[in-house]
Amino acid sequence: MSYESLLEVTDLINEYVACIDDDDLERWPDFFTEQCIYRVIPRENADAGLPVAVMYCDSQGMLRDRIVALRNANIYAPHFYRHLVSNTRIVGESGDEIKAQTNYAVFQTLLDGETKVYNVGKYEDTIVRVDGKLRFKEKLCIFDTYRIQTLMVTPI
Amino acid sequence: MDARVTGGMDLNWPEPGVCDAVPYGVFNEREVYDREMERIYQGPTWNFLGLAVEVPNAGDYKSTFIGDIPVVMTRDDDGNIYAWENRCAHRGALVIRDSCGSSDGSHTCVYHQWSFNNKGDLIGVPFRRGLGGNGGMPDDFDMKENPVRKIRTEDYKGAVFGTFDWDMGDVDSYLGGDSVVNGHVKRIFNRPVKVLGHARQYIDSNWKFYAENTKDPYHASLLHLFHMTFGLYRSSQTGGVRLSNDWNSVLFSESGTDDEKAMEEIDDAHLRTFQSDYSLEDMSLLAGRAGEWNDNTTLVILSIMPSLVIQQIQNTLAVRQILPKSESEFELVWTFFGYEDDDEELTNIRLKQINLIGPAGMISMEDGESSVICQQAISRSRNARNVLQMGGRTPEDQDHLVTESTIRGFWKKYRELMAY
Repeated sequence: MSYESLLEVTDLINEYVACIDDDDLERWPDFFTEQCIYRVIPRENADAGLPVAVMYCDSQGMLRDRIVALRNANIYAPHFYRHLVSNTRIVGESGDEIKAQTNYAVFQTLLDGETKVYNVGKYEDTIVRVDGKLRFKEKLCIFDTYRIQTLMVTPI
Repeated sequence: MDARVTGGMDLNWPEPGVCDAVPYGVFNEREVYDREMERIYQGPTWNFLGLAVEVPNAGDYKSTFIGDIPVVMTRDDDGNIYAWENRCAHRGALVIRDSCGSSDGSHTCVYHQWSFNNKGDLIGVPFRRGLGGNGGMPDDFDMKENPVRKIRTEDYKGAVFGTFDWDMGDVDSYLGGDSVVNGHVKRIFNRPVKVLGHARQYIDSNWKFYAENTKDPYHASLLHLFHMTFGLYRSSQTGGVRLSNDWNSVLFSESGTDDEKAMEEIDDAHLRTFQSDYSLEDMSLLAGRAGEWNDNTTLVILSIMPSLVIQQIQNTLAVRQILPKSESEFELVWTFFGYEDDDEELTNIRLKQINLIGPAGMISMEDGESSVICQQAISRSRNARNVLQMGGRTPEDQDHLVTESTIRGFWKKYRELMAY
């Protein structure tokens, strides 16, 4: 494992969470390959080997559809996210794929201004290079906080 | 009945038998909540515990709740499922402290190692006859008289229910015998199921706001854009509502059957949820397989009170267990399932369509929000009443979906059970 890879992957993840936290959600699908896997899965399912994810997209199109639904269709309380990420580790490199894991915590603030721990877990990412830039071919968000407060609409 | 549990008797109820208006105090008063725990959850009701396949082998167990009472469901060597209150007969500790697992058929409390079998009988008391000649339980201490508090259990077509009432009728009669409601339960549970996963939502609202939502065909196309715009459900479709024992109900519809005149009226009304120019880039989300049940019904919401929703939306199947935690909080536990004989393609169809339901569901997420905004608004409204007159003022079966009839049925039974 090279420190250069670690730095590049860390940078990718930092840019990814900043995009979400800054509500720049129309750019969120650009972090993925066109055919991709994005799954937000409660730890109790991952541990038991059960397949259900609360969010599951297998194309950039589905990612964009999630954002369009968030902007125009769904009804939810306005909120901010703030991701804190850490402990990025490269756990595998084979061919042109990098496998990495990162801890994350999403804090959510509603209109009353109270910030709560909303969703904590780890990213298990499979990353490839597309036109010189790193992108997620597969991103699993395996969350410990499987008691979801009210609903989940903004991606993790 | 405990005379001290008198909560809510002074609320501004309409005359007995009227069920088209309820005072909001019923949604946020602690005394009402406590009274429900006595009269509903420990009364003549069947409460959903889980799917039988969650405890497949002898010794398997799962922790859950009836109301806010911790309970355990187990599978015994005799092949049956038993349930009991999760409280050691000795000094009140939780016996089972994990969410599910397997065992050799004995369940031992960590505190003093009293142990119980799958049925909840006391089978072991360390030092019962003393230790080294000292101590021990009195000679007349009878283990058979000290089981955990047992719960009457029934595995109904693969859905397990429990009750503290040993005298009431069985689940089949609770669901109405040959009623349409019972028919829909049997339609979904017509063959062995397999669990695909779980999800949980915690909602800062009284459980009854959610119960109303599950009995509400009026809201579904007006709150949920995905239902209205993509025709998954519209109040203009062929469908209806049926009640059984007042507060068990089903609403059902067939997509693709929109009445033309009704669609014109929907279009004229310029509703937020009907956006003809809203489209999906990747329509595979809505790709499905028709005819799984050899009929044209594409949406079924069964509301079996007080604790269960069984749903079919397109090819998604789920049970939702409603677990009250306080007068202003409840947990909703989703268990998503398919059938044991599903092929891989059908399982993948279900997994993708699950994007529509659950806590992040592009349809279902909004039911969490609708409950929260009601709880927030009623903080000082104890004697104001809601208005439940869509489709009439009484609870009755209807062959359309423009109604709150099933919500009226809920309140009719609720008032009876609570003696309001």
